[in-house]
Amino acid sequence: MRTPAFLVICLIVAAAVFATAVGVGNDYVFFAGYVVLQYVVLSTAWNILGGYCGYVNFGTAAFFALGAYSTVAIYKLIAVSELPHVVPIPVLMLIGGVVSGIVGFGMGYLTLRLRGAFFSIATLALAVVLETLVVNWDYVGGSRGAYVIRPEELPLIGNYIRYLFLMMLLLAVAAITIARLIEHSRLGYGFATIRDDELAAEASGVPTLRLKLIATTISGTLMGMAGAPFPYYIGFLQPDSTFALDYAVNSIAMPLIGGTTSWAGPLIGTLLLGTLQQIITVTISSAVNLLLVGCLLVLFVIVAPNGIVGLVHTYLQRKPEDFVGRRRVGADAAGSLS
Amino acid sequence: MIFSFNLFINAIVSGILIGGFYAAVTSGVSLAFGILDIVNIAHPAFIILGSYVAYIVNASFGFDPILTSIVVIPAFYALGAAIYQIYYVSFEKRGQESLRGLAFFFGLLFITEVSLVLYFGVDYRYVDAPYIGPTWHFGNIDMPLRILVPCLVSLVLIAALELVLTRTFIGRAIMAVAQDQQALRLMAVDPVRIKRIAFGISIATASLAGAFLIIIQPVEPSVGREYIGRVFAICVLGGMGSLPGTVIAAMLLGVVESFTATFYGPSWAPAVSFGFLLLTLAVRPAGLLGR
Repeated sequence: MRTPAFLVICLIVAAAVFATAVGVGNDYVFFAGYVVLQYVVLSTAWNILGGYCGYVNFGTAAFFALGAYSTVAIYKLIAVSELPHVVPIPVLMLIGGVVSGIVGFGMGYLTLRLRGAFFSIATLALAVVLETLVVNWDYVGGSRGAYVIRPEELPLIGNYIRYLFLMMLLLAVAAITIARLIEHSRLGYGFATIRDDELAAEASGVPTLRLKLIATTISGTLMGMAGAPFPYYIGFLQPDSTFALDYAVNSIAMPLIGGTTSWAGPLIGTLLLGTLQQIITVTISSAVNLLLVGCLLVLFVIVAPNGIVGLVHTYLQRKPEDFVGRRRVGADAAGSLS
Repeated sequence: MIFSFNLFINAIVSGILIGGFYAAVTSGVSLAFGILDIVNIAHPAFIILGSYVAYIVNASFGFDPILTSIVVIPAFYALGAAIYQIYYVSFEKRGQESLRGLAFFFGLLFITEVSLVLYFGVDYRYVDAPYIGPTWHFGNIDMPLRILVPCLVSLVLIAALELVLTRTFIGRAIMAVAQDQQALRLMAVDPVRIKRIAFGISIATASLAGAFLIIIQPVEPSVGREYIGRVFAICVLGGMGSLPGTVIAAMLLGVVESFTATFYGPSWAPAVSFGFLLLTLAVRPAGLLGR
């Protein structure tokens, strides 16, 4: 399928989702749905580097928080100036995306030349350091946190949460389209060579460092964009919750449970796990929900390394392939005998 | 001026003492990551587990935390050996350790932490021991025993580890498995068994390090996270797998963190280890005493 056609289908699905959510008529649907959509973006972004290139990023929270705190910084800046008080969400997304894209590029430039493990460890440490910076930076609230006042109503759309939901929905469509576009392009094949055998790729003339940097930057940018509207969603932004390890574990677990090699994997994983989490958080508790994510992650990487997509794939392909394979072996044997 | 000189000396001394403790925390990672090439990012979680074991026994029977941790070493060793067996069968054998192996350990880190939160809550826990209160004074230098004792015991632990690694058959086999598995196999040694033993030892050190941690500071389940950046920074800076390097790097980091905390405020201290890590990776990835 061509990308424009795919995009149109995505937009139709998105419109249907939005229409259904409006049809339900309860604003809680938007609050819960926003979180799931946010994870669609985060896990798709993670998968561009993790699934396609095979480099594990533990710093999802850091990139996400970069986007969120860019918004807070802009909010504070505008609150004292003469400008109109509400910046459109897409502009905030762009700014947040640029900031975390630059940080992603810088991190990658320093650590991607070494073995993959170093990059992973550096991203893990990045979250701790950025949290330290934010805690010590009073302008964006420091350790006390920052209030961001959500505008009340909007013309046409109505409640502000619907507007945020719609923006996140569009960002999710964009992220999935980008992921799919990369998957079937020269870039995607380059990424796959890095994942399968980096040394061989390097020897065959694949510019591995440049490709890895591109992947890190795209991935970081998308994560920052997902974080930018978050202060408006949550209303009160605090370092502890913004840098929580939950973001990292979710954005890793979702693609690995769904399947890492295609754009559909993170989407399926997020829809399943994200919805399940919303239900468990409401009915049991949020700690139990995190325990469940951890257990599912460990279970899936051990038992089903290719995730749900991989399971479906093997199930669909197993029987005819085995059959054809066996017959061909038989035919070859017969041929060599005669 | 006298005052600031005192502050300076005390910052150095407390940095070196805390560095000795950091060395114990890192020794397990040096073994697993530096020698065996297993990126066990869940190591701090096992240390917290060690802290809680020491806490439970101390709170219910009043036993000394360090002695308790020595007694439970076999249990931690068995845990480590079991984890390595799962890791080997599921990832190393299939050649998937880079992506899924990392995710596996991350999942373990998370499961341990959340289980502890669910069971014990997020209250800070602490232990009682005779050496926790008093402080020795040498002139103007203060040496709190609660940091001095873990530091000394951890130096003993590392010396013992270094002796095992360089003097015994198993130790030499562990060093050999890092260099050439095939050659080791030709010597009729099973590399998987050696790695299992080594990983068991690595997790066993977490038992001791956990006891040290809860002696030095009150512990709650997410404290371990601060140590992830620290242990890997020390491990890389020290030169992967070199225990003497680990001690030097740990003390260096301890001193710099102590200076940062004294002169800029403790809220900046977590950033130091990351600075160290990035600087090392950018300038000298082989570390101080790297091979």
